[in-house]
Amino acid sequence: MSKVIMTVDDSNSIRQMVGFTLKRAGFEVVEAIDGQDAINQLKGSPVDMMITDLNMPNMDGIELIKSVRTMQKYKFIPIVMLTTESQDEKKQEGKAAGATGWIVKPFKPDQLVSIINKVLRQ
Amino acid sequence: MDETQNFIEIYRQEADELLIEIEETVLEIEEAPEDREAINRLFRAVHTIKGSGAMFGFDKIVDFTHTLETVLDMLRDALLPVTKDLIDLILKCRDHIKSILNHTAGGDEVDMDYENSLVESLNAFLGQAEKREDRPASADTRKPETEDLEKREVTYRIRFKPEPNIFMTGTDPALLLEELKEYGDHEVIPQFKNIPFFDELNPEECYIFWDIILTTSVSYNTIKDVFIFVEDNCELSIEIIDNEVDYVYDDDLKRLGEILVERNDVSPDEINSALNEQKKLGEILVDSNKVDSQTLVSALAEQNQLKKVKEKRCEDKGASSLRVASDKLDVLVDLVGELVTVQARLTQLSSNLEHTDLISISEEVERLTGELRDNTMSIRMMPIGTTFSKFRRLVRDLSGQLGKNIDLITEGAETELDKTVLDRLDDPLVHLIRNSIDHGIESPEKRKKAGKPEKGTIKLSAGQKGAHVVITINDDGGGLDVDVIREKAVQKDIISKDAALTDKETFELIFAPGFSTAGSITNVSGRGVGMDVVKKTIESLRGAIEVDSIKGEGTTITLKLPLTLAIINGLLVTIGDVFYVLPLASVEECVELANSKSEQASGSNILNVRGDIIPYIRLRDHFGVEEEKPDLEHIVIADVHEKRIGFVVDNVIGGHQTVIKPLGPAFKHMKDISGATILGNGTVALILDVNALI
Repeated sequence: MSKVIMTVDDSNSIRQMVGFTLKRAGFEVVEAIDGQDAINQLKGSPVDMMITDLNMPNMDGIELIKSVRTMQKYKFIPIVMLTTESQDEKKQEGKAAGATGWIVKPFKPDQLVSIINKVLRQ
Repeated sequence: MDETQNFIEIYRQEADELLIEIEETVLEIEEAPEDREAINRLFRAVHTIKGSGAMFGFDKIVDFTHTLETVLDMLRDALLPVTKDLIDLILKCRDHIKSILNHTAGGDEVDMDYENSLVESLNAFLGQAEKREDRPASADTRKPETEDLEKREVTYRIRFKPEPNIFMTGTDPALLLEELKEYGDHEVIPQFKNIPFFDELNPEECYIFWDIILTTSVSYNTIKDVFIFVEDNCELSIEIIDNEVDYVYDDDLKRLGEILVERNDVSPDEINSALNEQKKLGEILVDSNKVDSQTLVSALAEQNQLKKVKEKRCEDKGASSLRVASDKLDVLVDLVGELVTVQARLTQLSSNLEHTDLISISEEVERLTGELRDNTMSIRMMPIGTTFSKFRRLVRDLSGQLGKNIDLITEGAETELDKTVLDRLDDPLVHLIRNSIDHGIESPEKRKKAGKPEKGTIKLSAGQKGAHVVITINDDGGGLDVDVIREKAVQKDIISKDAALTDKETFELIFAPGFSTAGSITNVSGRGVGMDVVKKTIESLRGAIEVDSIKGEGTTITLKLPLTLAIINGLLVTIGDVFYVLPLASVEECVELANSKSEQASGSNILNVRGDIIPYIRLRDHFGVEEEKPDLEHIVIADVHEKRIGFVVDNVIGGHQTVIKPLGPAFKHMKDISGATILGNGTVALILDVNALI
C-alpha cells in the first residue's frame, strides 16, 4: 500500500507542485491549506508523513509541528518543513518543535523525493 | 513540460490574489498601525510571493521582493515604526511586483531605474532601523554537492551516537544507516552498552549507537550530508582511517616467532603451543573489564575492513601489468609452436591406432594446446596506438621545421598487431610519414593557390581485414606526378626510355632502389634510401605495400601486414601428393568441382556458385603437377583483394594449426609460397600466399 503524505501550504501553487511530484513518485497525497486545516484532517484518516510550510495563517508551521507531536498517533512520524534561506533561526525553531528535516525553497522535484526517501521508511 | 506551464499559471493567479491582499492589508495597517495580525498577514503574503516565485523561476520577483521582505520582517519585529512614507513605499513596491508579473506574461518591459530607486528607498529604511546584529549568512546546505572528481577509495570510521530523544523528531536512525550502506563496502556494529536496566528503560528513547566502517569513493561531505538533519541531535564523528596516499607496506616485518624458527632456536610446534597458551589481547581486555565485547567487535571489524581494502589494493596492483623481456616471450612462442606440431603428430597417431583412450587424451591435449596457443599469441598482441602517438610529435616538429601547417588524424589505434611486426613497422612508418610531410603536403601558399585549405591533413588509419592488418597513410597533398617519376626513372636507368607503363606501375617505381624525386635533398627525406627499404621491410614481414595517387589531390599508401608471424589457422589441401596450406582467414567456402562441369566450361575457368560468377585458378596447372587428377576436384573459394577467387585442389583435408617456418634463402624467389609447416606425420606442407597467386 502506498504511503500517505500530507502537504500543508497556504500557497496553492506550491501545494500543486508538491502534490504532483509526490503522486508521480507513487505516494498518496492529502492537502491542507494551513496548520488548523491540517490538524482537523489528521483527526480523520491517518497519514504517514507530513510536509509543511512555516509561514501560514491561522496556525503556522511551528505551531503545527508542536501540536502534531502531542498527538499519540503522530508522535514519531517524519515531518519535513519547507523553509527559505533567510529562515535559519526558523529552521532551529522547527527542529526544536520536532521537525525531522527541512527542504529549502526553491527545490527541484528530485530533491523533494530524495528527502522523502531519507526520512520515510517504505 | 505542460505541467510546469500549468504551475506557472497557477502561480500567476495566486500572486495576483496576494497582491490584492497586500494592497488591502497595507491600507488596513495605515488605519490601525498597532494591528499585529495585519502586519503578519502582510509579511506572509509577500513571503509567499517570494517563496513560490523561486519555485517556478520568477527570479526577478524573488530578487526584488527579498529587500521588501526584510523591511517587513523588521516592521513585524517592531524595529520600524509604521509611517506614511513606509506605507507609500510598500504600495509602490506592490505595484512594481505587479508590473514585473505582467512583464513575464508578455507585458511592458520593467523600468530597472525605477526598481533600483525603490530598492534604494527600502535600504534607507533598513538603515533607519536599529542596528541589529548581522544575521548569520545562512548557507544553503541542500545545494547540489560538488562531488570530488577523484575516485579514490577511502575508509572511514563513523560513530553515530544519537541523543536518546532522537525519535521525538520523527527520525528513523536505521534509515540513515541504510543510506550510508549504499555508498560502499561497509560494516555496521551496534553498541549496546548504554542500554539501561529494564526498570529504567524508556521504550521511546534510543540507547543504541553505531560504529560504521565504510570504504567508499564518495567525499567526506557526502557522508556528512547523510546526517544533515540530525547533526544537532547526535554525537557524530567521521574519521579517515585508511587513505591510499598514506598507505605503506608495514606488514613486512617478521614476527618474533618467525625469526626464532628460522634460526632453529625453537620448532614451529613449540611456537604454536606457546601461542595457544597465550590469550588474545581482546580476550584479556574483556576479561579485565577494560572494554565490553561489542566494542571489541567494532575494533575487530575495523581491522578486518582495512585488511580487505589492502588485499583488494594488492590484487589491483598485481592485475595491472607485468613487464617481461620480449625474448622470453619469443622463446615461449617457439615452444608453443613446437608443441602444436607435436600435438598434431599425437592426434594423427592416436587416430591411426584407433585407440579410444589415447584418442580422448589426445583430444584433451589438442584443446589445451589450442588455448595455450591463443593465450600466448594474445600476449604478443599490442595495440598499434602506441606507435601512432609517436607520429603526432613527428608531424608537429617536422611540419614546423618546414613551415607547413599539417594535421595528423589517426584512426583504429586499438587495432592489435603482433609485437614483432609492430616493432619492425616503426621505421617504415616514420619514412612514409616523413615523405608525406616533405613531398606530399605543399606549402601553405601553394595550397592556397590550388584552392585547398592551408592546413594539410595526413590520415593514418589501421584496421583488421581477415588475417591481415591494413594500415593506410593518406595525405591531401600534391600527389605523385607520373611524368616526373617517369623522367627520373629513365634518368636513373631504372626503366628504358620507351617502357610502356600504366600509372600504377609508374607509381611502383618509387620503391625501386636509388629513386628520389625531390628536387633538392632536405634533411627530412629525399636521400633516396627510403622507399626501397620500406618495401623490403614490409615484405620481410610477409606484408605488401601499395601506392595510389591522384595528381593534385593526394597520395595513399597502403600496407598490408599479417596479424602474426608465428602461427596461423590454415586449411590443409593436397594437390598430387603434396600438401599445401591456405590461410583459413581468407578462405570463404569449399565446393566440389565435378570433372564434367569444368570440361563444359571449356577452359574459361569460371564457375557459377549459387549465381555468383567466380573465376578460378587450377593450382595443379600452376605448379605443373603431373599425377592423374581425381574424378572429383575441390575448389577453395577465397577472398583476395575483396574479390572471390577459386583455387582448384585435389582434396581438402581440413583445418590445421600451422606453425610457420620460413623457407631458406634458396627459395627466396618462390613468390607463391610464403613458408612451410611440419605436419603431424612429419611431412612438410607449403603455405600458399593467395595474394601472390593471382
